[in-house]
Amino acid sequence: MANESNGAVKLPIYMDNHATTQMDPRVLEAMLPYFSETFGNAASRNHEFGWAAEQAVEQAREQIAKLIGTTSKEIIFTSGATESDNLAIKGVAEMYREKGNHIITQATEHKAVLDTCKRLEKHGFRVTYLPVQKDGRIDLDDLKRAIDDKTILVTIMAANNEIGALQPIREIGQICHEKGVIFHSDAVQAIGKVPFNVIQDNVDLASITGHKIYGPKGCGALYVRRKSPRVQLVAQIDGGGHERGMRSGTLNVPGIVGLGKACEIAMNEMAEESKYLSGLRDSLRDQIMSNLDEVYINGSVEHRLPNNLNISFAFVEGESLLMGINDIAVSSGSACTSATLEPSYVLKALGAGDDLAHSSIRFGLGRFNTQAEVDYVAKKVVDTVKRLRELSPLYEMHKEGIDITKVQWAAEGQH
Amino acid sequence: MAYSDKVLDHYTNPRNVGSLDKASAEVGTGLVGAPECGDVMKLQIKVNPETKIIEDAKFKTFGCGSAIASSSLATEWVKGKTVDEALEIKNTDIVKELSLPPVKIHCSVLAEDAIRAAIGDWKKKQQDEA
Repeated sequence: MANESNGAVKLPIYMDNHATTQMDPRVLEAMLPYFSETFGNAASRNHEFGWAAEQAVEQAREQIAKLIGTTSKEIIFTSGATESDNLAIKGVAEMYREKGNHIITQATEHKAVLDTCKRLEKHGFRVTYLPVQKDGRIDLDDLKRAIDDKTILVTIMAANNEIGALQPIREIGQICHEKGVIFHSDAVQAIGKVPFNVIQDNVDLASITGHKIYGPKGCGALYVRRKSPRVQLVAQIDGGGHERGMRSGTLNVPGIVGLGKACEIAMNEMAEESKYLSGLRDSLRDQIMSNLDEVYINGSVEHRLPNNLNISFAFVEGESLLMGINDIAVSSGSACTSATLEPSYVLKALGAGDDLAHSSIRFGLGRFNTQAEVDYVAKKVVDTVKRLRELSPLYEMHKEGIDITKVQWAAEGQH
Repeated sequence: MAYSDKVLDHYTNPRNVGSLDKASAEVGTGLVGAPECGDVMKLQIKVNPETKIIEDAKFKTFGCGSAIASSSLATEWVKGKTVDEALEIKNTDIVKELSLPPVKIHCSVLAEDAIRAAIGDWKKKQQDEA
């Protein structure tokens, strides 16, 4: 599975596995024939080329369904999780418009969910954005209070892409089912990392993507529950009526084969792999925290993806830290690294303060990381933070006993 | 984002890092920016009371690489200048020297603000003494 830890590391090191993952060679191998000799259109019903493609697609459907505890008839292929989120939310909104116009989501969802909800608000829907607690999880009582007789959909992610916080989806699903509300979950970060079973977790719609689980980009799926309750969607793309009319468009057969294979590997290896990843993650955390003061973990420690570590290094700005560790690929919540020049809305939602958002780094460990890489990263991060703190007026003030949150800053309110 | 060689050089080998005695009558201290905005610069100058020449300058910066480079460059430029000459340094000069992209212009503005704040603090001390 993983490379051996032999002390030597190859640079640069990739530790940004929430953004995307390297494709597993076994996935690539499974996909290759479908680019060339087995090139048929899965919708061609009257010749052997079509049958071969369809057979491959159906096998992939089975592999995906098995991973999330359902049947293959409930899997719809899409171009990725953004499309799956759009189809789930807009498809339900349009289908159940007569029943109600209220949707519930939460503050730290992915933009694919938040911006879809914002668009629906322009079309007469009412959206409740639940806050999160300090650990990044919603309060179930807030959810219960938010549901009213016009609520048709609750959409809450299984695991957050920045802080790795796991939402209590089983309880959320139970509340939804008691109230007769459909429950959609963007599960892209959770699938293949932690157990996710649509039946046990009371999920009605779930978004999945290939490239977060060592599969291909541009291929995803949506689980659509067929009974108790039967969920109906209004298609968002018109055309040939593929995927039981829910998603027209010729199927991306090689991508689908890859997604299926990635799910099969996850199914077989998840238990062992999550232990391996949490071991690496804890080692990284311990090496950093035992060598630096004023370091804070963002998000729940207990309810967390095994491969996620999100840390704020107080008094050091995230982009300058990334510059100092430029042979390591990670992400920062710093405004300077975002297109909008705003610090991470996910970290802001935790109530940690903008200064800690500016100082945050997200480490996303993956299948191909090694202990030697973790050791290298930890040392480099510690050295760079120490160097930048020597440069930091805030660290100097902190050492002089000044509480920087109490200082009246000249530029405050200008940004 | 790609950084210019000069930004990388200042980031890797920042000039004049440190602190001067802020209680000294010859020292002016400028502290600009705010942690919430992701940038705080502290720039200090030590002025010869006779010649009004800035004999020493030090900085510390919390901010991105461009902010660190802008303040590092500012300390290099003010050293050896008189107070009045230092006030003529413009943020656009810093942008040009470091080849800062448009999204990083605010770093150069902050560095100019820091120079002005340090000189302002020094001038206030001279008035208070007089």
